[in-house]
Amino acid sequence: MAKFKSGNKSGLSRRHVLQLGAGVASAAFIPGLGTIGWAYADDKPPIGTWPAGSEGDTVYLGAAVPLTGTYAAQGADELKGWELAVDHINEGHELMKKFAPKIDKGLLGKKVKLLSADSAAKPNTALRVAQTFINDNKIIMMTGSTSSAVAVAMNKFAEREKILYLAGISGSNDTTGKDCVRYGFRQNFFGQTAAAAIGPVLVKNFGKNRKAAFMTPDYTYGHTVTKSVNDYLKEHAGWEMVTNQVSPLGTQDFSQYLTNIANSGAEFIVNVNWGRDAVLSTQQAKQFGLLPQMKLVIPYQIPFLAKEVGADITEGVFAATDFWWTLEDKYPLSKMFVEAFQEKYGYRPEWGAENSYVSFAHWARMVSEAGSFYPPDVIKQFEKGETIPSLIGDVHYRPEDHQCVRPVVIVRGKAQKDMKNDEDFWEVLEVVPGEGLMQAPDAFGCKLGDYT
Amino acid sequence: MVNWANFISQCFNGLVLGALLALISSGLTIIYGTLGVLNLAHGAMFMLGGYAGWLAYTYSDSFIIAVIVGSVFVMLVGVVMERLIIRHFYSRPHEDQLLVTFGLGIVFVEGVRFFFGSLSKMTPPPAMFQGITNLGFMFYPTYRLAALGIVAIALLALYIVLYRTRIGMIVRAGIEDAVMVDSLGIDVYKIFMLVFGIGAMAAGFAGIVNAPVVSIAPDMGEAILVQTFVVVVIGGVGSFPGAILGGLIAGEIISITSMFNPGYSYVMLFVAMTLVLVLRPYGLLGSAGRE
Repeated sequence: MAKFKSGNKSGLSRRHVLQLGAGVASAAFIPGLGTIGWAYADDKPPIGTWPAGSEGDTVYLGAAVPLTGTYAAQGADELKGWELAVDHINEGHELMKKFAPKIDKGLLGKKVKLLSADSAAKPNTALRVAQTFINDNKIIMMTGSTSSAVAVAMNKFAEREKILYLAGISGSNDTTGKDCVRYGFRQNFFGQTAAAAIGPVLVKNFGKNRKAAFMTPDYTYGHTVTKSVNDYLKEHAGWEMVTNQVSPLGTQDFSQYLTNIANSGAEFIVNVNWGRDAVLSTQQAKQFGLLPQMKLVIPYQIPFLAKEVGADITEGVFAATDFWWTLEDKYPLSKMFVEAFQEKYGYRPEWGAENSYVSFAHWARMVSEAGSFYPPDVIKQFEKGETIPSLIGDVHYRPEDHQCVRPVVIVRGKAQKDMKNDEDFWEVLEVVPGEGLMQAPDAFGCKLGDYT
Repeated sequence: MVNWANFISQCFNGLVLGALLALISSGLTIIYGTLGVLNLAHGAMFMLGGYAGWLAYTYSDSFIIAVIVGSVFVMLVGVVMERLIIRHFYSRPHEDQLLVTFGLGIVFVEGVRFFFGSLSKMTPPPAMFQGITNLGFMFYPTYRLAALGIVAIALLALYIVLYRTRIGMIVRAGIEDAVMVDSLGIDVYKIFMLVFGIGAMAAGFAGIVNAPVVSIAPDMGEAILVQTFVVVVIGGVGSFPGAILGGLIAGEIISITSMFNPGYSYVMLFVAMTLVLVLRPYGLLGSAGRE
């Protein structure tokens, strides 16, 4: 609509437009004149919100984050991670400088401001929020999602609008798989890497030929994580999926699903549900006596799960995650992050906040290294695939699918008596290097789009 | 092939879920039937009951006190809501009523989130109802069985109030024709206030009773509101027996469908509602022409 209006304002008649089009088309075929087109591209024509979004003394970033609904608690945590990262960029904080050495109390001489609004983990709402930020503030980068349904929708929106999108929490293989885009990047672990990391641990601890019931939320995250975990366990150890209970997002009463599991002969419950769905399904599995009779496995860790369901349920449970705060004992950057976060917010960060912080820090690095906010420049900086820090060791982004190759952390729930403080729910068993967990770049059908 | 043990278990699940839906829906249906106001804040009443009960439990360590405090609190919220806001919307278009109750629902939910956060809270069941009971065909959480009994008693109490007392007679008369009740010299506004309070209390009571089953969170009323609307449509708007029948039907449809394919549970529920709307637009036990 905006383009249509600007076309009218220019006062060009249809005849003029046709003449101009014919002229441009002819020029392209005349030898020697091709350089004219090249010079024009090299001049960085306006794209997305560039350059308008970075002409003032402040650049705006927009986050559509779930603050209500099933993923509200996790959304609030990840928002804090973004806020802290933006504070650190503007302060030129020591930790942020470890990621982006060229920042200096801002980014390329400009202050960074984060705008945020509730997405309720709904794709339509998230897109509406992002569009409002674009219209009102000309945001130069978008983030948000605690649901891969949102991440996938935002990916496509980013590609259309030519504005960078950094996925928030998104566990679906599709985000950097079949729904990948040139303008989208993901820092965190996902279904495939979670399965490849936790699979061997399960096989080592529980052996081969076991029977597992899966609980799967009915959208892209749930289906891809369940498939990856089931494929791994089936192919490598002959585990059988005896039932897969697919529930809609926001289910409150899981009794029907749990009854089916009770009658399935399963020995394990692999709970892929997330957010409040995971809390309720796990609590109710205990009420029905399925836990601890069956072993619980959490292939894609849920921030605050242990706090909400209690250590008596998570004791001995294996989970794969992006980060756990006790890694501060091993990694200096983790220690700096946990301390800064706890000082500001009064609790130790969960992995949602870690992902937010690190993804913003990586973006700040790419912008500062590229020396430009021009989106294709920043994308190409990411695509160099250089080795950069994370809170738990070095990582890099794959140019083929824009997925960060990063470690996956395997944890096991502690018994109440072994907890050293009221947030000491998990024991880190292993930090599995990312390289060996990744699928081939084209395995999930990723085809990145154009730069411009 | 049907696994009969699973089938019986799912029928039982359906009964428990249906009873809860019946109680919440009965509150919604008597409010709509009497006042003509579709209360979109009804899910928030369910949530408020859960939080009030949880708070009372935190301070008293008594489940019975939690139930009493929670129920009375939500009834008072309903009464105040009716007196201060809803009353001014009786003569306004239905759209305005929907908007104001929808807005109130958001205010309640976000108010609770502001004070208590988004993390869920658990109210433990009373000690005597903890553990699991062997029903022969399945193991079932003892508290869920108790909740079924508690909800059945609450529905019975509601039935007695509605069908065996003078107040109940006036309320039922109000459902049929409020103008006629008013012209007989009965202060119909006082009755409206009472009905709104009782309707809200039914949802609040259900919220507390359900709290040990489904830990509470600010958004807990959202999903249940949609289901109760379906129940009311199936059972018949304004019909108390319809709410009970609709609740039980909805509970069984959700449970039994999930045995074959859980993904279709809610699809089948809406299919059932559509069929009722096509074949009997005023609901299974509703009366034609009632508004």
